[in-house]
Amino acid sequence: MKRMKFKPKSKVHEFLGEKLIAINAFAALIAIVLIFAFIFKEAIPILTDPEIQQEASIDKMTFKQEFYEGRDPKWSWQPNSEVPKYSVLPLVIGTLKAALVAMLFAIPLGVGAAIFSAEFASRRWREIIKPAIEMLAGIPSVVLGFFALIVLATIMQDMFGFLFRLNAVTAGIALGLAVIPIVFTIAEDAMTSVPISLRDAGLALGANQWQVSLTVVLPAALPGIAAGVVLGFGRAIGETMIVLMASGNAAIVSASLTDSMRTISASIAAELAEVVFGSAHYNVLFFLGTLLFIFTFLTNLGGELAVTKLKRRLQGRLS
Amino acid sequence: MTTTASIRNKHTGELDSKLVFRPKSRGYFPKGLCLAASLLIIIMLAVILGNIVIGGYHIISWDFLSSPPENGMESGGIFPAIFGTVVLVILMTIAVIPIGVFTAIYLQEYTRPEAHITQLIRMAINNLAAVPSIVFGLFGLGFFIGFIGNGIDSIFYSSEGPVWGQPAILWASLTLAVLTLPIVIVSTEEALRTIPCELKEASYALGATKLQTIWRVILPQAMPGILTGAILAVSRGAGEVAPIMFTGAAYYLPYLPGALNDQFMELGYHIYVMATQSPDIEATKPILYGTVLVLLGLTFALNFMAILIRSRLRLRRINA
Repeated sequence: MKRMKFKPKSKVHEFLGEKLIAINAFAALIAIVLIFAFIFKEAIPILTDPEIQQEASIDKMTFKQEFYEGRDPKWSWQPNSEVPKYSVLPLVIGTLKAALVAMLFAIPLGVGAAIFSAEFASRRWREIIKPAIEMLAGIPSVVLGFFALIVLATIMQDMFGFLFRLNAVTAGIALGLAVIPIVFTIAEDAMTSVPISLRDAGLALGANQWQVSLTVVLPAALPGIAAGVVLGFGRAIGETMIVLMASGNAAIVSASLTDSMRTISASIAAELAEVVFGSAHYNVLFFLGTLLFIFTFLTNLGGELAVTKLKRRLQGRLS
Repeated sequence: MTTTASIRNKHTGELDSKLVFRPKSRGYFPKGLCLAASLLIIIMLAVILGNIVIGGYHIISWDFLSSPPENGMESGGIFPAIFGTVVLVILMTIAVIPIGVFTAIYLQEYTRPEAHITQLIRMAINNLAAVPSIVFGLFGLGFFIGFIGNGIDSIFYSSEGPVWGQPAILWASLTLAVLTLPIVIVSTEEALRTIPCELKEASYALGATKLQTIWRVILPQAMPGILTGAILAVSRGAGEVAPIMFTGAAYYLPYLPGALNDQFMELGYHIYVMATQSPDIEATKPILYGTVLVLLGLTFALNFMAILIRSRLRLRRINA
């Protein structure tokens, strides 16, 4: 065995070490503050600088604008045209459309698979489904985007005869593939943390196993499943590469899921590289980034809160 | 009505299904639906992986991996992208591991879990993990390049053009380090929790101070967890494109990055560029598939290693 010798060290040494570790521990906190500060900093001119505001103000980004005299006012995102247009609405609609399809696709599959894995699956099945989900989570989003663009879009168009090859349905399904692991993991975790005593009570009342699963375990775990859905939605809103590659990137106001669309995140990714530093366009893109940050911050906070509350409640019942 | 009696497995506490007397209604419908959902996920995964492997395996050769792109990326290899990715994740690991590990040590060894400061830091970590990757890209541009890079330039290189205040591999790797920080913290913490208390007590009993205990007892014990965190961080970092798009990745470079403020090519970004900007997608397709397969193989191999190490860690916890 290795001999351990500990030389006694000075108190100063110990004190400094502890303080260094403590300061270092604030890195995550500092990072999150810096992220907000530095993104918001570049968005501020939209709120304060009158010169920038002439091109892009909150008002101009939200409401219909008459861009050319005599024509109908409308929402339009064309930052590079002669008359730059910065209506955020087309992007918000695009983001929501893709996220909606993604959630419609991911919730039934993710929750269904989670119920299966937590309640019904034999050990052998669980050993297939769980690594499969982990693998799905491990696929980089650029690879999912590639697959949606090259393979899925063609399959979908052949099957359903879409007018536009790249549209909200195709992008949404690929996005759903990225969301499934999040929904699955949190929902499954919520269901397995339902205490055995609850199940026993159900069984003692004469229900059989699957009835207990659906009428006792599932309702008890519902806040956790909701948290999974909320966190998955946050991911769907912020995900970039998949929608950048597979959505067609047309910023139009349309309710149709089969039209091409453009999301907030994809706009930032596609336009930031060519934008002039300090221009209105530059500030608008950082403003969009601030919106994304705040939105995911809130969804994450909501999801976290739901999970902690659920765990506390379930543990309370156990004792 | 039939009786339902269940007998529990003594060790796992799970219902031993053979010993349950099932009533007639077996719930085939709900079970079937859930099974179908699981099967659909597995099938989709198989289709994606199968498509990529079949499309890409015949293009992979030593030549492909070791030569630069030619002919507007329609032929040649992907060596610069592989090289750039490797250098990128190495720099990222160097930056993220010490910070992540010491944060985990602070949370586990120095504070109580219910303390306000612990909860605040934990909340920050959770939120950091949920920030969209494109926002990290904006952050890298605004903070590392705009603030730090330009700051260095204006102090030391005021007469020349931008030296540090431009996209560079250093800034891209630091951006990724911030993005992967939560991964490293979480898996180090997981490892710290498995270290038996007796080890620490023994170390204190031998007269070691807290710092000495951390340095010579806890850290070596936590090594597998730290390694897992590093591997997972590398796997995540290698696949992220959005954060490096404006902080250092380049479409095409005729040379390899030689300095910290050089730009670089990267596998994921290379895939994005080839898939969306290629003038002739059919001609690029084989190379594209090959590149995707390389990136996917890299991430999966790394994840698999992490799973192996982690399962051994779990075994230790059960034995302890």
